[in-house]
Amino acid sequence: MNPETSLPPVTVNILTGFLGSGKTSLLKRLLALPALKDAAVLINEFGEVGIDHFLVEEVDDDVVLLKSGCICCTIRGDLKGSLLDLHERRAAGRVPPFSRLILETTGLADPGPIVATLVADPVLRHQFRMGNIVTVVDAVNGAENLDRFPESSRQAAVADRLVMSKTDLADEETINALRHRLAGLNPAADILPLDDVRIPDAALFVSDIHDPTARAREVARWLAAEAHHHDHHSHDLNRHGDIRAFVLTSDAPLDWARFGLWLSMLLNRHGTEVLRLKGLLSIQGVDTPVVIQGVQHLIHKPVHLDDWPDGIVGTRIVVIAKGLDPEIVRRSFAAFVDQTN
Amino acid sequence: MCGLCGTFGSADHWTDGVGEAGTSFPAAERRRRAGVANEVLGLYGLKLMEWSNRFTLTGRTGKSAVVDQFGAIWAEAEKLTGRVCDPLDPAVIEAMEARRGTGSPV
Repeated sequence: MNPETSLPPVTVNILTGFLGSGKTSLLKRLLALPALKDAAVLINEFGEVGIDHFLVEEVDDDVVLLKSGCICCTIRGDLKGSLLDLHERRAAGRVPPFSRLILETTGLADPGPIVATLVADPVLRHQFRMGNIVTVVDAVNGAENLDRFPESSRQAAVADRLVMSKTDLADEETINALRHRLAGLNPAADILPLDDVRIPDAALFVSDIHDPTARAREVARWLAAEAHHHDHHSHDLNRHGDIRAFVLTSDAPLDWARFGLWLSMLLNRHGTEVLRLKGLLSIQGVDTPVVIQGVQHLIHKPVHLDDWPDGIVGTRIVVIAKGLDPEIVRRSFAAFVDQTN
Repeated sequence: MCGLCGTFGSADHWTDGVGEAGTSFPAAERRRRAGVANEVLGLYGLKLMEWSNRFTLTGRTGKSAVVDQFGAIWAEAEKLTGRVCDPLDPAVIEAMEARRGTGSPV
């Protein structure tokens, strides 16, 4: 609980996707879902979403209340200012209480700096916590966007959930090729198809690592990437331009201080290149597995799992990085942290 | 201020710990952690010491800085030395392999 307001922190979901990918269309459909009735949505323009038929009440110029109970707000000025303003209104009871904030980015946005904004502010970081990053990739133009625009690759690489939109407009071969490519670019993310008929699932946002009932399943998905790595006897999970996904492993329990020292040193120098990091750690003096995850410079506060997935004990960390040589990172990890030798 | 997460003060940084056994004596644990850090910091002529629930980081010239937790060490280390502290620098990796005896033929 937050000592200042006694309100629990709001989970922030970033909804991103390249220009024309269909993220606004996804958002429109999500706004009607009862499961998101306690959510607020922060968008750039009301006009883009077309909320008129959902509208119940205009709270003021930049905040409206929707039929589902969801609050919809436009970003006024900078993101930090808008978040602080929304937090103050929530604390003062000037907007209905909400427990989740869905933040829709522009099509060219890199989610990394948005995450940094949330955690760099001494007030915001206690009021908000990061939830799933959902990235929409268009099944028709997605592959071309990944080829041509680094922003599109970065958006896909940082995602917790990848939504393939417009699957009703693409043939099966194209969809499968894109799925394969996305799985290589971001092996730890769940990939979900979406067409005009399917109702999007609120679990896209709601089911995450903060949810104790979903935590084990979430980590199992990350580690499936590591199993794939063993099956293919390759150090590189995938290479996509200069973005690579790879795995760091250690059989012996790690010293937490050594690990923290190494990772903070790595992120201090290469934080903008480490797009995502997700893993399970075996730590000396800790009986249960420790879950760690981060986006660029940010590392979330570690959480514990009750048991080792599949009974396999050991450290496995999936890293998605831009421009870093996996062999060098692996060798550095071994030299600084690994206790195996 | 922590360069990683922007926290002021030492509260609830991810590097603080994950409930490891034997960490119920914070000052002793901080001294142990300082020893671990000094294996690396020594490469840059720096020394970390436990000090009043925090750490001090001192260079060869005696210039020093107070750091609240592990996450804040590297930004201060680079300021104090004017050098880049890069764990992916092959020379740094080789030095760590030599110190810890973990080197493997490359």
